[in-house]
Amino acid sequence: MNQTDKNLLNEISPTLNEAEVYNIRKNGESIARQVNSYVSIIPKEDKSGLDIYVKENTLFGIIHIPVIITKSGLKETVYNDFHIGKNANVIILAGCGIHSDEDKMTAHDGIHRFFLEENAKVKYVEKHFGNGKGKKRNLNPTTEIIMKKSSTMNMDSTQIKGVDNTIRITNATLEENATLEISEKILTSGNEQAKTEFNVTLNGENASVHVTSRSVAENNSFQEFKSSIIGNTKCYAHVECDAIIKDNGMVKAIPEIYAKNIDANLIHEAAIGKIAGDELNKLMSLGLNESEAEEVIIKGFLK
Amino acid sequence: MLELKELCFKKDNKMILNHINLTLEDNKFYCITGPNGSGKSTLAKIIMGLNKPTSGHILYNGKDITNLSIDKRANLGIGFAFQTPVTFKGLTIYDILKIATKKELTKKEACAILSKVGLCAKEYIDRELNKSLSGGELKRIEIATIIAKNPHISIFDEPEAGIDLWSFKYLTDIFKEFNVEKKGITIVISHQERIFLLADEIILLENGTIKEKGTKESLKKYLNTTCPKGGKNESNR
Ligand SMILES: Nc1ncnc2c1ncn2[C@@H]1O[C@H](COP(=O)(O)OP(=O)(O)OP(=O)(O)O)[C@@H](O)[C@H]1O
Ligand SMILES: [Mg+2]
Repeated sequence: MNQTDKNLLNEISPTLNEAEVYNIRKNGESIARQVNSYVSIIPKEDKSGLDIYVKENTLFGIIHIPVIITKSGLKETVYNDFHIGKNANVIILAGCGIHSDEDKMTAHDGIHRFFLEENAKVKYVEKHFGNGKGKKRNLNPTTEIIMKKSSTMNMDSTQIKGVDNTIRITNATLEENATLEISEKILTSGNEQAKTEFNVTLNGENASVHVTSRSVAENNSFQEFKSSIIGNTKCYAHVECDAIIKDNGMVKAIPEIYAKNIDANLIHEAAIGKIAGDELNKLMSLGLNESEAEEVIIKGFLK
Repeated sequence: MLELKELCFKKDNKMILNHINLTLEDNKFYCITGPNGSGKSTLAKIIMGLNKPTSGHILYNGKDITNLSIDKRANLGIGFAFQTPVTFKGLTIYDILKIATKKELTKKEACAILSKVGLCAKEYIDRELNKSLSGGELKRIEIATIIAKNPHISIFDEPEAGIDLWSFKYLTDIFKEFNVEKKGITIVISHQERIFLLADEIILLENGTIKEKGTKESLKKYLNTTCPKGGKNESNR
């Protein structure tokens, strides 16, 4: 690994250390892997990707699955399946860092599927990052989440600048008492475009989902936030989409909530606007100039 | 010294401040009072730079600051605690206090400031300054930002609003101490007699003009009728 690799890796997986389970993928190949007695990582035979098995009752497992791409022009689709056994409790850190200095289209489409058995608990952190002089860095993550009874999943995704085009799709199905929390943070700049789509079906009694999306669109960038929640039974959903627009940034929010049962309780909130004038005023009255105040507000908002 | 000269503020053809002339001296505690809608907050915002006057001038130690931005005034030494505290998504109370002091601020120092406004620091320091805080808590934090900033001219817009009676006494002590320690100009907008008692001078605003400026004694005739409840309609003028 050279310095560029290390820098990319550090952006997306700053806490990766030797003692944990990991699989590092660079320019289309797995270059390093470590497993332990609780977690096994098996490469798929028919396509590129991994099957990751976490044994029942695993406590506090930490799994890193970073992808780095430094070869401009590389396009790949990777299929990773995570099989989380009953009562297991794991943290999964994934993400993709692209460094490209040429203007060739570089793309990574990660298709991640999560199968959570009863009572399994997953915290999934995904970071996307692009840098380098080249243009046309595309990332299109798709996440499928199948949640059995009483399982819990907490998904955190962040994409701060540097990715020209993103289409992120997250689909989830929840059985009874399952809880899904999704929090996403996006900042787009320049002419970047980012679309995110959440499709969640609540099938089991007392299943609940909470989606929080915070985004900032600056310069001429464009974002679209689409969520579709279906409540088939007594269940609870709360979707919050909160966006700040700057310059000529554009944000479109498309909410869809569909209650198919009298006891389904579904809420969607969406707010889009420029930075609040009174927030700027307060910080400026404490001595920050306008651009410093803006930076503080945006940094906090995306924290 | 802060001088307001012929200040006017007009909005939608309505004169909100009408030729205000006022000189505020260092080392003094001023209280601005008057009915709801009389223009008190507007005047404070004009001093801080949140509103631009339609005409007139503001001089700070002889320097014309009428066209200075908010942050430039802040850095000259003017501070303002908002009547309605501003909330933020993602900023903690510690963050805002750090911004206010403009220097390294240890958690311990930040906690000391919070304790001054009667907040149990440990419970609050890492909390987000968002709408989950109660009205009184937000008000106290707003005051704390000014204590942290320690400006030469401090303006508090109805600091007592929403603060419970027991803590109110405590709060008046803070203002007293604040004023004595810093030898600057303290301006408190208030409807409370307890605050009037602290003031060297009371300024009574009505319909955008200064109706009277003087000691508590000289304003007594107005205070008992127009002010304590603050409402225009409740006055028996
Ligand atoms: N931006 C504005 N646009 C229109 N009217 C305004 C604006 N700002 C203030 N006003 C009006 O100016 C008048 C003075 O308002 P201001 O907030 O200064 O009153 P106040 O004395 O602080 O009252 P209170 O005791 O209720 O806080 C009010 O009638 C208010 O409605
Ligand atoms: Mg007011």
